[in-house]
Amino acid sequence: MINLTINGIGVEVDEGTTILEAARAAKMNIPTLCRHPDLPPAAACGICVVRVRGRGNLVRACAAPAEEGMEVTTHDPEIVRVRRTVLELILSGHPNECLTCLRNESCELQSLAAEFGIKEESFPPLIAEHPLDDSTRSIVLDPRKCVKCGRCITVCQEQQNVWALSFLDRGIETRISPAGEIVLAESPCIRCGQCSAHCPVGAITEYDQGGEVWEALSDPAVYCVAQIAPSIRVSIGEAFGYEPGTNVSGQVYDALRRMGFDAVFDTNFGADVTIMEEATEFAERFRNSPESLPLITTCCPAWVDFMEKFHPEMIPHFSSCKSPQSILGVLAKTYYAEQRRLDPARIFMVSIMPCTAKKYEIHRHKTMFASGRQDVDVSITSRELIRMIRQSGLDFSGLDCLAAADSPLGEYSGAGAIFGATGGVMEAALRSAHYFVSGADLRDPVIPAVRGISGVKEGEIAIEGRPVRFAVAHGLANVEKVLDKITAAREKGDDPPYHFVEVMACPGGCIGGGGQAWEVDDAIRRLRVEGLLKDDAIREVRVSHRNPSIEKLYRDFLDRPLSDKARQLLHTSYRPRRKYRR
Amino acid sequence: MTEGGKTTSPKLSPAARAVKKWRRKRGALIMVLHEIQNQAGFVPRETAREIAEGMEVPLARVYEVLTFYNYFKLRPPGKAVISVCTGTACHLKGAPELVAELEKELEIGQGETTPDGLFHLQCVRCVGCCGLAPAISVNGKIYGKAAPSQVRQILAEWRAVFREEDVDD
Ligand code: SF4
Ligand code: SF4
Ligand code: SF4
Ligand code: FES
Repeated sequence: MINLTINGIGVEVDEGTTILEAARAAKMNIPTLCRHPDLPPAAACGICVVRVRGRGNLVRACAAPAEEGMEVTTHDPEIVRVRRTVLELILSGHPNECLTCLRNESCELQSLAAEFGIKEESFPPLIAEHPLDDSTRSIVLDPRKCVKCGRCITVCQEQQNVWALSFLDRGIETRISPAGEIVLAESPCIRCGQCSAHCPVGAITEYDQGGEVWEALSDPAVYCVAQIAPSIRVSIGEAFGYEPGTNVSGQVYDALRRMGFDAVFDTNFGADVTIMEEATEFAERFRNSPESLPLITTCCPAWVDFMEKFHPEMIPHFSSCKSPQSILGVLAKTYYAEQRRLDPARIFMVSIMPCTAKKYEIHRHKTMFASGRQDVDVSITSRELIRMIRQSGLDFSGLDCLAAADSPLGEYSGAGAIFGATGGVMEAALRSAHYFVSGADLRDPVIPAVRGISGVKEGEIAIEGRPVRFAVAHGLANVEKVLDKITAAREKGDDPPYHFVEVMACPGGCIGGGGQAWEVDDAIRRLRVEGLLKDDAIREVRVSHRNPSIEKLYRDFLDRPLSDKARQLLHTSYRPRRKYRR
Repeated sequence: MTEGGKTTSPKLSPAARAVKKWRRKRGALIMVLHEIQNQAGFVPRETAREIAEGMEVPLARVYEVLTFYNYFKLRPPGKAVISVCTGTACHLKGAPELVAELEKELEIGQGETTPDGLFHLQCVRCVGCCGLAPAISVNGKIYGKAAPSQVRQILAEWRAVFREEDVDD
């Protein structure tokens, strides 16, 4: 333990604590801009300076470790003046476009300007002219607004290991850019949106499609349907004053109906179908061709894109099963349309996802048009839905918390509910795989080894006495460790280290998705995960294969998992893709 | 084929040769890029990609380095970059006379570009074909056993290429 004083107040902190964190322990907030709790300190902006007795220069509190006996001053007139100058210089390089910016009211730079009471431009503005890049149709880069904090670069290079983004040029000319004179869609970008979720300002945002949804909703000839992803029910509430992790499914269903959707479905139903297909696929490989294991999950489109670009040799291990979003899309335009005698051409499917890559998934392959047309018409992120709810004038907390989704594409099991958390897909799949192989359910549906938010989780269960070894990875830099083990074992001719592997591109899984609300850290991720686990624990049916609506779907429509019809509607395929198009 | 005692293979591209030479050394990426810049007068995108593959570094890192130093150019300084090899073999077999002739014809010095932006003249240490000394390369096309009397014809050939391109535009 280390003892130091912050403005004369003694605090005791762990070794390795920064001055910034120590100050928080003493109930003092030091302003920051480049610092993000997910990332190592870059010490790039200089706004967090403090005075340490005995040191000539001010030090950057976000990066400087607390030391024994240190005497720190966080605020005095000179420190505040230095911070103010730093801020004014940053502002002079940033366009004054708050009113037309997606980050209006959620921007960290804007908050600082408000906190410091900035009333005028103290330095002549010097705004670099760089073109907007919306080529991915998932995220939008506006390098003019970049404050060069470096968060997106660290995220894309270190956390995601994609290296689509980099800082090019130097000094005043520095800009975020893919490698060279190309646009992001020509780079290896997997559209995970993690850069956008970490940007403090409006320099990287989601590709906003709220307008397209409003247009469909205002057309009386269109039958608008929506689906909500597993993870968004435990995150959206935060924007309306709820604690992170509060389950607001009811309010979201109600909001969507009031916004004009004709039917509101739940992606969790799609998740149950994904499990039926994927667990069957696993059971077949496990029984008949164990050499074709591990089976690797594919419900994360950013991971799919990553694999197609960086690890095409793994394609044979990929589950061919579509993601819950895509499955719900095709079932709405086939199964549901048939039941309700609706012309599928009139149906407009909007999915509400935690994710910018889902915008890409809906047209990534011809199998995404299995209903005869594009199965999901528009995919929007949680952030876009939050804006739409605000635009609707709805009093969110006054909405019906007990509202239910529309039958039958709204009824889900506990297994479907946990899809949004890292390890959730694995847990759900193992519950059903156990049944499909052995004919009996697991005694306890909870598989503790898949839970928690460490980057790679490993474990083992036994099915009919045979071991099933699994690995769960999230944050793509963690995937390499798992893939390396698989490759090494194959080269040596050893047994595969795993039989089943789950990968999610985003830290924490979709609850930490690139389209989720900003300023998320591990504490918030944990609460969101808990919210989903609670939704599972309270359900009577906790395995996909016992969801009555799923049983009926197979009885009336699909016959059985991996039937010809199921294969035609619910499965996709993969191919190697180029990292760079130019 | 030898140059400075080291064996070089004519079949490898300049990028591949540079990668092979520097691969396991410290600061290798920057040395490879230097070598290409010196030979070609700029680092073409295909070469940058080839280097990224060969060195197993992300292309984004290659461009971070390329754009950090003013020394590197991403575009040819002239439409046609004329590189006269001044390696040992070429030097002995008449490279200085070639340079003099080019300077006279183009009315520019080494490292300069003609006012119309068509030609950039530079001298490089070796273009990797000592057997053809003295050698000139224009945008990668090699003219081996070149004589000062051929210079006019080579320049005319490239002027014609650009005239055609203009018509295409
Ligand atoms: S979306 Fe993901 S892959 Fe693309 S630039 Fe952002 S962090 Fe990198
Ligand atoms: S784009 Fe955003 S996250 Fe990236 S460096 Fe600029 S301000 Fe930081
Ligand atoms: S983990 Fe979830 S939110 Fe993140 S890219 Fe994958 S599907 Fe999208
Ligand atoms: S927050 Fe400490 S330097 Fe930016």
